[in-house]
Amino acid sequence: MLPTPSLRDALYGFGICIAALLVAAIFFWLLADLAWQGVGRLDWTFLTTPPRNAGRDGGLAPILVSTSLIILVAMSVAAPLGVATAIFLSEFTPAGGRLARWMSLSLDVLAGTPSIVFGLFGGAFFCVFLGLGFSILSGGLTLACMALPILIRTVESGLRSSPIEWRLGAAALDLSRATLLWHVLLPAAAPSLAAGLSLGIGRAVAETAALIFTSGYVDRMPSSLFDSGRALSVHIYDLTMNVSGGDANAYASALVLIAFLIAANSLAFWFSNRIFGRRMARA
Amino acid sequence: MIAYIADTDATAGSGRAAYTLGPLAAGPTCCEPRPQISVENLTLAYDGRAALKEVSLDIFRGCVTALIGPSGCGKTSFLSSLNRLSDLIPGCEVEGRILFDGQNIHDQLTNVRALRRRVGMIFQRPNPFPLSIRRNLEMPLKEHGVQRRADLDAAVWRSLVDVGLWEEVRDRLDAPALALSGGQQQRLCIARAIALQPDVLLMDEPCSALDPVSSTIVEDLIASLRGGYTIVIATHNLAQARRVANYAGFFWVKDRAGVLIEFDHCQRIFDSPRHELTAAYVSGRRG
Repeated sequence: MLPTPSLRDALYGFGICIAALLVAAIFFWLLADLAWQGVGRLDWTFLTTPPRNAGRDGGLAPILVSTSLIILVAMSVAAPLGVATAIFLSEFTPAGGRLARWMSLSLDVLAGTPSIVFGLFGGAFFCVFLGLGFSILSGGLTLACMALPILIRTVESGLRSSPIEWRLGAAALDLSRATLLWHVLLPAAAPSLAAGLSLGIGRAVAETAALIFTSGYVDRMPSSLFDSGRALSVHIYDLTMNVSGGDANAYASALVLIAFLIAANSLAFWFSNRIFGRRMARA
Repeated sequence: MIAYIADTDATAGSGRAAYTLGPLAAGPTCCEPRPQISVENLTLAYDGRAALKEVSLDIFRGCVTALIGPSGCGKTSFLSSLNRLSDLIPGCEVEGRILFDGQNIHDQLTNVRALRRRVGMIFQRPNPFPLSIRRNLEMPLKEHGVQRRADLDAAVWRSLVDVGLWEEVRDRLDAPALALSGGQQQRLCIARAIALQPDVLLMDEPCSALDPVSSTIVEDLIASLRGGYTIVIATHNLAQARRVANYAGFFWVKDRAGVLIEFDHCQRIFDSPRHELTAAYVSGRRG
C-alpha cells in the first residue's frame, strides 16, 4: 500500500534533510579534525617565523609570503585576461556561432584538465622555454592558466544573463557598446566576477601538483618574483610525505590554508564590488 | 492616404495584401496634417518567415497612433522597424520604405544612431538600468554630449517633472532605480527617453506589466505628452487605445503573418469600423 501524500512528503523531507546533514557533517568533521590536531601549534610565532628542522619546528612566514605572491601574480594576470575574454565571448561572438562553440568547448576541457598536466606545461613553457626558472612568477602564471577557464565561464554566464531589455534599451537610447558594457553590464556581472575570482583563487590556493614543477619548494623567504617559493599546499604535502614527525605542523598549516582561502574569497568579493559594484545600485 | 481597409477577398487567394482606400477623414485639431513617418509596403521577416506583410500607414506629427490587435500580429515588429532596432535581431529582414520626415531610414545615408536619438522607445517591461535614478537619466545625456553639471541637473529635473515623477523621487535621486515601483520605473524610462528630446516615442505595450493604478498614471502621462511628441503605442488594451489615441491601426494575423486590416481615426475604428474583422475585434467578439 502506498503511503498517504502527507506521509510521502514527510519521508522526502526527511531524506533530503539527512543528505544535507551528511554533507555538512563531513565538512564539520574535517574542520574539527584539523582544528583538534592543528590548533595547538597555531600562534603568532607560527605565522611569523621561518620553518626549522625541515618544517618540523618553526613556522610558516616565508611560505605565507610565497603563497600570497603566487596568488597575486595568478589573479592579476587572470582577472583582466579572463574578463576581457568573457566580454569577447558574450558580447562579440554570437551565442550559437562556431567560434563561441569552439571556445566554450576548449574552455570546458581546460577547466577539467588535471592540474599535473598544467604543471608539466608550466614547467616546460614558463620555466624552461621562457627561461623564468623555478620561480613564483612561473607558478603564478601556471595557476593563472588553470584559473582562467573557470573565471571566463563564470563571468561570461554572468554577462549573458543580463536581461535583453537592458541591451535593447541601450540601443534605443543610442548608447555605445562601451558605455553599456562598462556602466551597466559589468557592474551587474560583479557578483559573477567575484564568484569566478574566488573559484579561481580556490583552485589556485589548493594547487600542489602544478606548483611543484613551477614555483618549486624552496622554503626560504623569497626576495623577488624570480625566486623559487614554496606554497602552503606544497608545504603540507612535503611535511606529510617527506618529513617524518611533520604531521603536527602539517595540520596547523592546513588550518592556516583554510583560513587563507576564506580570507582570499572575502577579498575577491570586496575587490569586485569595489571596482564595479559601487556604481551598481541594487534594489 | 489617411484611411484604408484591407480588401480581404483579394488577399485570400494570392497572399498579397491589396488595399482599398477609404474616404479621407478630417484631421484632428491637435495634429499637424502632414505625416512624420510614412510606412510604405513594409514587410518584415525573421529567418525568411514573414512576421509582417505589406503594411502601409502614415504616422502624424504630434498625434498618438495606437496599434491594436491580438498577440503575434506584428505590432512589436512594426515598432522596432521604425527605429531600426530590428537591425539588432539576427535573421531579421525588412523590405519596403519607411520615410522619416521624407527621408528613407534604410538609405545608406541615414545615420542609424541619429535616427535612434530622434525616436525614443519604451518597452513592455520597464527596463531602467541597475543604477541610481539620477544616473539612469544622466548616462544617456552624457553619452550625447551634455557634460556641464548645471545642464545635467536641469535636464534631469525637467524630464522628471514632465513624467510627474519629480515630487516622488526628488529626495532620493541617488537611490536605486530598481527600488521604484513598476509604474515609477516605467515613468522613469519615459523620462529617460524624453530627456534626449526625441521627436517620436514608440511605446510597446507600456502599461501591460503594470498594476491598474500605475497603468492609469502612465496612461495619463501619455495623454499629456500628446502634441509635444509623435507617439506610436502598441497596446492590447482597447479601452486605453480609445482613450489616448488619435489614430488607430488594427493588425491581424493572416497566413501566420501580421497584416494591417484597417487604419483610421481612432473614433472611427471603434465606433464605425468598416472591416468586419475590426468590428469583431473591437466589440470583443474576436481576438
